[in-house]
Amino acid sequence: MCVSQERLLPSSFEQLALPLFGRLYNFAHWLTQNREEAEDLVQETYAKALKGFSSFQPGTNFKAWMFRILRNTFLNSRTGIKAATVAVDLPDDDPALPAERQTPESILIDRASQQMVQGAIAELAVSYREVLLLCEVEEMSYQEIAAALAIPVGTVMSRLSRARRALREAVQQKLHRSSP
Amino acid sequence: MTEETHELWTRKLDAYLDGELDSGQMQELDRHLRECPGCAADALRRLQWKRVIHAAGQCYAPNSALRERIQESISPAKPAWWHWRPAFAVTAAVLLLFAGARIFRQEIVQPKKHLVQLSRIVGELADLHVSTLASANPVDVVSSDRHNVKPWFAGKIPFTFDLPELQSSPFELVGGKVSYIEQSPGAQLLFRVRKHQISVFIFQARSLPMDFERPEGMDARSFRLESWQRDGLQYFVIGDVAPEDLRALGELMNK
Repeated sequence: MCVSQERLLPSSFEQLALPLFGRLYNFAHWLTQNREEAEDLVQETYAKALKGFSSFQPGTNFKAWMFRILRNTFLNSRTGIKAATVAVDLPDDDPALPAERQTPESILIDRASQQMVQGAIAELAVSYREVLLLCEVEEMSYQEIAAALAIPVGTVMSRLSRARRALREAVQQKLHRSSP
Repeated sequence: MTEETHELWTRKLDAYLDGELDSGQMQELDRHLRECPGCAADALRRLQWKRVIHAAGQCYAPNSALRERIQESISPAKPAWWHWRPAFAVTAAVLLLFAGARIFRQEIVQPKKHLVQLSRIVGELADLHVSTLASANPVDVVSSDRHNVKPWFAGKIPFTFDLPELQSSPFELVGGKVSYIEQSPGAQLLFRVRKHQISVFIFQARSLPMDFERPEGMDARSFRLESWQRDGLQYFVIGDVAPEDLRALGELMNK
């Protein structure tokens, strides 16, 4: 979603930003875990984006720009600050970990309900949750995710790898707890 | 294939499935997956996970009210008058209504009202003229001398008027009396021309409901009527004579 080097008009912002509304809201809800907070976050995001639209550089990725504003707004919110302080993170420069061969992923996939997966995603640390959602749900490239989260591409890759592993383990634990 | 090479490919599986490898690496890994059932199964499981996460991750939908609020907040600012357009519409409608009513009143109602008033006044004058002709005493002051008739009206009507010298004219003054129209007193003078009688009514113009200063003759139940205004007085000449006689008497009165 790159914006060409044309003049940025207020009407351009509406045309570019409104189609992202549903995606931004979904992401905001995942971050805040609360409907009202998500609504406030999205509204604030649009307000900030509109205000700063003149500073947006045509030719760069508008979607990543919008998600970055939303994410930064979240991190500055009370919920965001709280979430950031409890984030469990490994050094970002760690190499991506290989998947555990012995994990019966096919069994996990078969047994795990969507609700269980959603619960596991919600329990992920924000830094993992956001990178996982941007990659798997928003289907952003590593470069776009790096732009949205203002982190290097290498960090995106390592966080993504850990997020996937953490999710798999969380689902596995849920399955163990739910099994008789 | 060594374990080390296998491990290398495994590390790249996520990037492969995310479409992040360059084309050369993609082709190489494609080849490896065709040759390595273990890595192919691993790639398939990871792909399934991606699909599960993708489906599970799209679970929150905003409501339409939020969308409307946001859309309103980011829409390009409308000119100030835009917010007042309902009021403008109402005002325009009211103005059009008034304009329409005024046009209707001026073009349709007023002319009609004017015609009704004209018809009523002319009818009253014709009635006065007919009743005068039918009366045994058509006038209260009987005299052919204008110097007798004019003074007779003094104190009876709130204005004075001139009577013409009728010598060398076919008209003869019969006399006069006070008449009323629209509750206002005026002078009614009776003239004779040949065997016809003509009434001349004089009223204050302001006591009449409309302007009669119209030069063209008017018909009043087969009577002819001429009217003019001078010095605040409205003159009516009515009779069953030829139009030229009526006009000639009018000219004499108007001298």
